Amino acid sequence: MSAPMTLLDKLWDAHEILQRDDGTSLLWVDRHLVHEGSHHAFAKLKERGKAVSNPALTFGVVDHYAPTRGGAVAPDIERMMVTLGENARTHGIRLFDLMDPGQGIVHVIGPEQGLTLPGLLINCGDSHTSTHGAFGALAFGVGATEVAHILATQTIWQKRPRAMRIRFDGMLPSGVTAKDMALHWIALLGADGAQGHAVEYAGSAVETLSMEARMTLCNLSIEGGARMGMVAPDAVTFEYLRARPFAPLDFDAAEADWRALSSDAEAAFDREVHIDAADIAPTVTWGTSPEEAAPITARVPAPDSLGSKAAHARASLDYMGLEAGTPLDGVTVDQVFIGSCTNGRIEDLRMAAKVLVGRRARVPGLVSPGSSRVKRQAEEEGLAQIFTDAGLEWAGAGCSMCVGMNGDLVESGKRCASSTNRNFKGRQGRGARTHLMSPAMVAAAAVAGHLTDVRPMLEGRG
Amino acid sequence: MSGWSELSGDAVALRGANIDTDQLIPARFMSQPRADGYGGFLLHDVRVGDEGHPLNHHAPQVLIAGRNFGSGSSREAAVYALVDFGVRAVFAPSFGDIFAGNAVNNGLLAAQIDEELCAALMEALGDGAGAARVDLAAGCAAIAGHDFDFTLDPVRREKLVNGWDDIDLTGQHMDKITEFCGARFAAHPWAMPTPQ
Repeated sequence: MSAPMTLLDKLWDAHEILQRDDGTSLLWVDRHLVHEGSHHAFAKLKERGKAVSNPALTFGVVDHYAPTRGGAVAPDIERMMVTLGENARTHGIRLFDLMDPGQGIVHVIGPEQGLTLPGLLINCGDSHTSTHGAFGALAFGVGATEVAHILATQTIWQKRPRAMRIRFDGMLPSGVTAKDMALHWIALLGADGAQGHAVEYAGSAVETLSMEARMTLCNLSIEGGARMGMVAPDAVTFEYLRARPFAPLDFDAAEADWRALSSDAEAAFDREVHIDAADIAPTVTWGTSPEEAAPITARVPAPDSLGSKAAHARASLDYMGLEAGTPLDGVTVDQVFIGSCTNGRIEDLRMAAKVLVGRRARVPGLVSPGSSRVKRQAEEEGLAQIFTDAGLEWAGAGCSMCVGMNGDLVESGKRCASSTNRNFKGRQGRGARTHLMSPAMVAAAAVAGHLTDVRPMLEGRG
Repeated sequence: MSGWSELSGDAVALRGANIDTDQLIPARFMSQPRADGYGGFLLHDVRVGDEGHPLNHHAPQVLIAGRNFGSGSSREAAVYALVDFGVRAVFAPSFGDIFAGNAVNNGLLAAQIDEELCAALMEALGDGAGAARVDLAAGCAAIAGHDFDFTLDPVRREKLVNGWDDIDLTGQHMDKITEFCGARFAAHPWAMPTPQ
């Protein structure tokens, strides 16, 4: 009998072409996703006189620079989109451009098109590629040189990371979401807590999550230092994929293969962490690293109480304009943002709309669906109307205000409650103050005009 | 890209943990062509307006940084900004995984040192610059009066020393890759995207 294997090992071994003496593997890449930011890699390819080795496995999408609010497009933004279009045409790559009904954020459209499947190795020049691991895929972000390498060879050199499992057992309390699970473990273990590891999420509280929620959880793996996050595929996964445009024609045969994709019962992990889901509250960040997060019921911590993290916390509070001891519930916000590859899917919009229906936002805000498909669905379901009735702006699909490359920026000194993934200094704009939280918590902040616990607002709303 | 095995120059300390790639190069600069140079974008929003920032007074080849340096976005432009500024080596207690990979692909050494040594080097350097010497082959460095060894993955060392590029290294395996591709799609036809 062969030794028990982790899901990571199974996925790794299925893609390993060869291993060098030093243990580095050459891995086969099943799907390569490119976006406007891949221009450096295409330039490198041209410089080397190389062609794209496998255009049928390469897909392009306009997302990082996608305009979401109409009006004139700045020339340098236009140029980024045009360049991607030219590169896609030159190399015969299927491109989801702005006109395409399937356009959206790369980590939203991969799954919704069925390009993301269990058992695949998926790379993209974007750190949130870990999202696709929610399907039981080996998915990780790469830099431009690696993008060029994959374009040229359809392979990547990589050292097998250590295996880590985070088990969430028990029941997630009402009003608490996958976003809170992620911020909770990152606060617990640190923004580099899982460095060098691939994280498999397991336990009863993960099994009961929808695919959208699993994607949120895997998406944020990189914020805890892990390049890869994954969840073993199950009936929820197969159900999500069955009718997708690029789903396998012989779906049952595929599903039979995919059923083997889970960690064996006796598989040994290099590191195991257990978290009781019942202990998790709606969580918000107060600083400038995702690890600087706390339950909404807590106060801004005193830096001196944080040991080796005190100096960072002091700088964070200075940047964020917050004082130690201030209750988080009550910190006034200037604006809100709902969207991104972390929380821009239909379920995220439904959760936010559930809070907002029949209520008005006290502060301005932007809602950018994760894809054009999500946008249409949200409009059909009446969610878009709920957002606009509440006073929020309903925009087009793209990365938008998560990273601000398209010009959707938070002004310096302004405080934004945001359903995104990074509260880094300057991430949403120079001097912008970002608080990360779930879409439902963002909606609650919009209604209250300050950070607040969403749970009372959900009472009587199913 | 040309390799390097030894360098002598100045070292400067960048205080604080979690200097992420959004800080190393703000997103708005990333649409610029590399040919124009990315050095001016390095830590732009942190540096500009902060008179005391060490990079406003020094042009070091070596940086000493806090833990989790280069975390966050996979943007290789963060490495371009460092390299174009003239930096060839960063020592820190830990690095973002993607950043560390990007660094070696651009001739930038990202080497791990323990927290204690990091604190000692930062104290020795203060807000100024100190003499630095880094020997890749021997895996040792002398910075501001501290001599120390550092460990480096042998392949990463080889790539840095030779200025190698993975595309060159992979070329010799093309037969194996083609064979693997054929076998994979024969065994798992579902892995090939359904043509639209």
